[in-house]
Amino acid sequence: MTSTTSTRRGALGYIAAAAAAVTLGAPALAQTDFSGQTIEWIIPFGTGGGSDTWARFNAPFLSKHLPGNPTVVVVNEPGGGSTRGTNLFAQRARPDGLTILGTSGSTQFPYLLGDPRVRYEYQDWSVVMVGPTGGVAYVSPSTGVESIDDVANLQGQRLVYASQGATSLDLVPMLAFKLLGLDVNYVFGFGGRGDGRLAFERGEVNIDYQTSSAFINNVTPLVEEGTAVPLMSWGVLDEDGNPQRDPTFPDLPILEEVYEMVHGEAPSGPMYDAYKAFNTAGFAAQKMVVLPAGASEELVETYRQAWRDVFADPEYLDTFVAALGSYEQVTDRAAEALFTAGTNIDPEVRAMVVEMLESEYNVRLGD
Amino acid sequence: MFDIFVSALTNILTLQHIGYMMIGVIVGLMIGIFPGLGGIAGLSLMIPFLYGMDTTSALAMLIGLVAVIPTSDTFASVLMGIPGSSASQATVLDGFPMAKRGEAARALSAAFFASLVGGLIGAVVLTGFVLIARPVILAFSSAELFMLSVFGLSMVGVLAGKSLVKGVAACALGLIIGSIGGAPATGEFRMVYGVDYLYDGIPLIIIGLGLFAVPEIVDLLRRDRAISEHNTLGAGWFQGIRDVMKNWWLTLRCSGIGALIGAIPGLGGTVVDWIAYGHAVQTVKDNPKFGQGDVRGVIAPESANNAKEGGGLLPTLLFGIPGGGAMAVFLGGMVLLGIQPGPSMVGSNLDLTYTIVWSLALANVLGAGLCIVLAVPISKLTLIPFKLLAPFMIAVICFAGFQATRTLDDLITLLVVGVLGVYMRRFGWPRPALLIGFVLATQAETYLYQAVQFYGWEFLTRTGVMIIIGITAGSIWLGLRARVSEATPAEILAVEARDSGSGRGPAANIRARLPQIIFAALALAFFAVGIQDALKQSFLGQVFPLIMACAGAAFTAVVLGLLVFGKPNHAVSSDTEHEAQAEGVPLRSTLGAIAWVGSLVALTALFGFAIALVTFFVAFLKLRAKASWLMTVILTAGCAGFVLTLASALNMRFPGGVLQDLYRLPWPFS
Repeated sequence: MTSTTSTRRGALGYIAAAAAAVTLGAPALAQTDFSGQTIEWIIPFGTGGGSDTWARFNAPFLSKHLPGNPTVVVVNEPGGGSTRGTNLFAQRARPDGLTILGTSGSTQFPYLLGDPRVRYEYQDWSVVMVGPTGGVAYVSPSTGVESIDDVANLQGQRLVYASQGATSLDLVPMLAFKLLGLDVNYVFGFGGRGDGRLAFERGEVNIDYQTSSAFINNVTPLVEEGTAVPLMSWGVLDEDGNPQRDPTFPDLPILEEVYEMVHGEAPSGPMYDAYKAFNTAGFAAQKMVVLPAGASEELVETYRQAWRDVFADPEYLDTFVAALGSYEQVTDRAAEALFTAGTNIDPEVRAMVVEMLESEYNVRLGD
Repeated sequence: MFDIFVSALTNILTLQHIGYMMIGVIVGLMIGIFPGLGGIAGLSLMIPFLYGMDTTSALAMLIGLVAVIPTSDTFASVLMGIPGSSASQATVLDGFPMAKRGEAARALSAAFFASLVGGLIGAVVLTGFVLIARPVILAFSSAELFMLSVFGLSMVGVLAGKSLVKGVAACALGLIIGSIGGAPATGEFRMVYGVDYLYDGIPLIIIGLGLFAVPEIVDLLRRDRAISEHNTLGAGWFQGIRDVMKNWWLTLRCSGIGALIGAIPGLGGTVVDWIAYGHAVQTVKDNPKFGQGDVRGVIAPESANNAKEGGGLLPTLLFGIPGGGAMAVFLGGMVLLGIQPGPSMVGSNLDLTYTIVWSLALANVLGAGLCIVLAVPISKLTLIPFKLLAPFMIAVICFAGFQATRTLDDLITLLVVGVLGVYMRRFGWPRPALLIGFVLATQAETYLYQAVQFYGWEFLTRTGVMIIIGITAGSIWLGLRARVSEATPAEILAVEARDSGSGRGPAANIRARLPQIIFAALALAFFAVGIQDALKQSFLGQVFPLIMACAGAAFTAVVLGLLVFGKPNHAVSSDTEHEAQAEGVPLRSTLGAIAWVGSLVALTALFGFAIALVTFFVAFLKLRAKASWLMTVILTAGCAGFVLTLASALNMRFPGGVLQDLYRLPWPFS
C-alpha cells in the first residue's frame, strides 16, 4: 500500500515537473534530466567515518529529488588526508553533473594552509549544499573552574590537551585558547576526538573539545556527574556571516563572549581573523557539496532545487536529527556565504598561522 | 538485570531477527571469502537496504556481516596462503603448510570450529565484562598501551625462527617501514621523498600480501604442481573438529585473550592473532611443529580473532571508538540507524547492548557453521594444477592489493614488498617478525611519546605497566625456549659444506653464502637510509626511528659478520635454494615467476586493470600453462566476468594506466 502511494506521488511529481518545464520553457529554469543515469558522489575519505556516513545518509534523498531520479552512489577515494580524492576530482570530473564532490574541514584546512599536496582550487567550484556542525570546549573541574564565570582561573595554569595534530580540526581550539591567553601543552598523536575524550576521562588531560553530537552523547553524562565543565561553543554563523550562539547550546557563550570576559573588549586582529577563517572552514562550513569547474548555471540550479526539495521532505525531516544532529543543512545564499567564508583567507593571516605552526609545533608544510 | 537479559533474548530469538542476520552472514561470506574486501565492501553493498528497515532487523543484518568476515577470510589464508584480511595473517603460517600437505579440509574445519567456539566464549566473557568495562578500559592509559605494544613486540622472540639475531633485525626492518609517513608527535613526514603515496604510510594489507602471498605464488610457480602434494584431501573435516575439542583448553585461553585484548582500544586487532599464535607456541609442549603445519597454529589465532570482534564492540558501543576496520563500519551503520554510542549503552540502552553482543555470538555460530559445510567442496581447489590456478591467484592478490587506495601505486608497492618477501623467505629472515614490527611501529612510538608527556619517565612505575612488564618478561623467557622455524636445517648444511669446498674461513663462506650476504648488505643499506632520513627531522620526529634504525643496523651487521666469519653450520645461515638442491627438486627460475606477477602490474600501468587482466590471463594460459584456446577463453571470461560483476556491484573503479591518462574511456576501462 505504501509503495503504491509513493510511486504514484513520485509519478505525479514527475508529471508536474515536466508540465512546469514545458509551460515555462524559460532557459534559466530548465532542469537537467538525469533519468537512467548514475551520479558518482566522490567522498575523499574511507568508509565508516563522519563524511562517509553524512554522504550515505544524504545520497538516497538526493537521488529521490534530482530530476529523473538518478542512482546516486558514494565513491570513497581516501588518502593523503583527503587531498588525494579531491585532487582526482579536480583533475578528472567533467561539469556534466554526473560527478560531485563532498568535502570536509579536513579538505578545507590543507587548502587554506597551502599544503603542497593540494592541487585543487575551491574557487573553481560551485557550492550547492553546506552541512554545518558545531563543537564545545570543556575543562576538568580540577582546574578550579566550576562554571564559565571562573574562566579567569585558567590563566597561568598549565593545561594539557590531547590533539590529533596541529593541522587537523584541532587548529580551531588551538587558536581559540591562544586568543584567550591560555597556556596549553598539546600532546599529539591521538587518533581522533574519541581518543582525546578517553584521555580526558582518565585525567591525563584537563581541557578538551568534542563535536556537538559526541558532546551530547558522551560528555553530557560527565557534566551531570560533575567531572566536566562546559566552557564555550564555537558558535554558528548567520546568513551575513556574523557569529551567533549555537542554537543547540543556547546557554553556552561563544568564544567572542568569553574573549570579552577575559580581555574586556571584543576580539580583533590577525589571530582572531585566523580563528574565524578556520572555525568557519572546520565547523560552520564543515561539509560541502560542490560541482566541478565549468558547471553551468542550469546545472547548479538543478542541484540547488534538489536540495531545497530534500530539506522539505518529511522523511528527511524525521530522520536527519538522529543521524546528523540538529544542524540544518543549507543551500543557496546561506551556502554561498559559508563557502566564501570557509574557503578564503587573507594571505597575511595564512602566513602568520603557517609561521606559528612551524615555530611552535614544528609543522613543515613546505616539505 | 534479569528482565534485561530476557528482553534482549526475546529480541534475538525471533525468526525475523535470525532471518535478517542470515542475510548479513551470507553477504558477508560471499564478500569475505575474497581477499582484501571484507566488511567495508559488505557495508556499501548493504547500505541501500538499511533504509526503511526497523532498527533491530537492520542491526541484525549488520552484525551478521561483521561477524562472518574474520571467519570467511580463512579460506584464502589456508587454501592459497593469501592473508584474506589483517585478521588472518597468523593463520597462514600453519594453515597453508597443512593445505600443502593435503590437509586443507582438516585445517579449515579446525579453523571454523575454533572460530565458532571463540565467538561464543567471547560473548560469555563480554556478558559479565560489559558492566565493568568502562573503568577497565579507562585504566589502560598510554603508558599501559605502550607496554602492551612492547609485549606484542616480544612475540618476535617466538617467531624469530632459527636465528634470533635475524629475527630482531627483521623486526627493526618492520619498525622502520612502519614509521614511513607522518610522525605521530610532530606530523612531519619521514622517508616520503616527495612521493604522495608514502605520506600515509604503506597500507598493512599490502605488507601482508607482499610478504606472505607473493612468495608462495612464486614458489608454487617454480615447482609447477598443485598446492596439495597429495591427490586426495586426506583426513576430512571431522578430524579438524576433533582437533579443537582435544585442544579445548588452548581454545579457551586464546578466546579469552582475544576478547580482552580486543576490548582495549588503540592496540589494533592485528596484534591479537599474533599474540594468540605466540601464546600457543610458548605453551604447547606436546610435539610442536609450528610453522610446518601444526593444527594448533590454526586454532589459536582463529579462536582469538572471532572473540576479538566481540571485545571490539565494547569501545565501539561505550565510547564510540571503533577498535578496527570492521568496527568502524559497524559504527557508521549504527549512526545511520540513529543509535548513538555512549555511556547510555550500559545504562538505559543496556538491553540493546546485550542484543548486539549475543547477536554477534549467534551470527558467529551461523557463519562458522556455514563455512564448515563449505570447507570440503572448497578445499578441492588445492588439487587443481597450479599453472591453471596461478593466474587467478595473481589476479586476486592484485585485486586485493588495490583495495588499499585504489591506485596503481598499491600494485607497484605490492610488487616491491613481494620481492622482499621472496628473498626473506629464501634466506630465512622471519617474515612474521617484520610484520609485527610494522604493525606496532606507530603504536609503540605514539604511546611512548604520550606516556612520557603525561607522566614523565615515572610512567614505568605505574602498577598496570609493572604487571605488563612482568608478563612480557615471562613471555620472552618462554619464547626463547620455543621458537618457530620456517626452514629445515639438515640438508642446507650438507649443500653448504659442499659449496664451500674443503676450505673454511671467510673466503669459503663468501663463496657458499654470497646471495645471503648480498641480501643482508642491502638490509644494512636500508637502515643507513633510515638513519640518514631520521637525522633530518626534529628531535621528537627522529628519536624513535633513529634508535630503531641503529639497532637494526647493529643486528644486521652481526648477521653479516656471522655469515662471513661463522662456522659452516652456523644457525644464521639459511638458503632454501640449497635445501631444494639437496632434495633434488627441479625448480624454474625465481625471476621468471616474479616477472609473471610483475607483468600484470606493468600491463595495468599501461592499459589500466581491466584490459591488463584479460591480456595477462590469455598470455599466461597460452605461454606458460600451454592451455588450449578453449580452456584459455573459458578461464579468462570466467575471471574477468567475476571481477567485473563484483566491481560493478561495489561501484569500484579500477586503477588506470597511461591509456587512461590519454583517453577518456567508459567503465570498466576508465
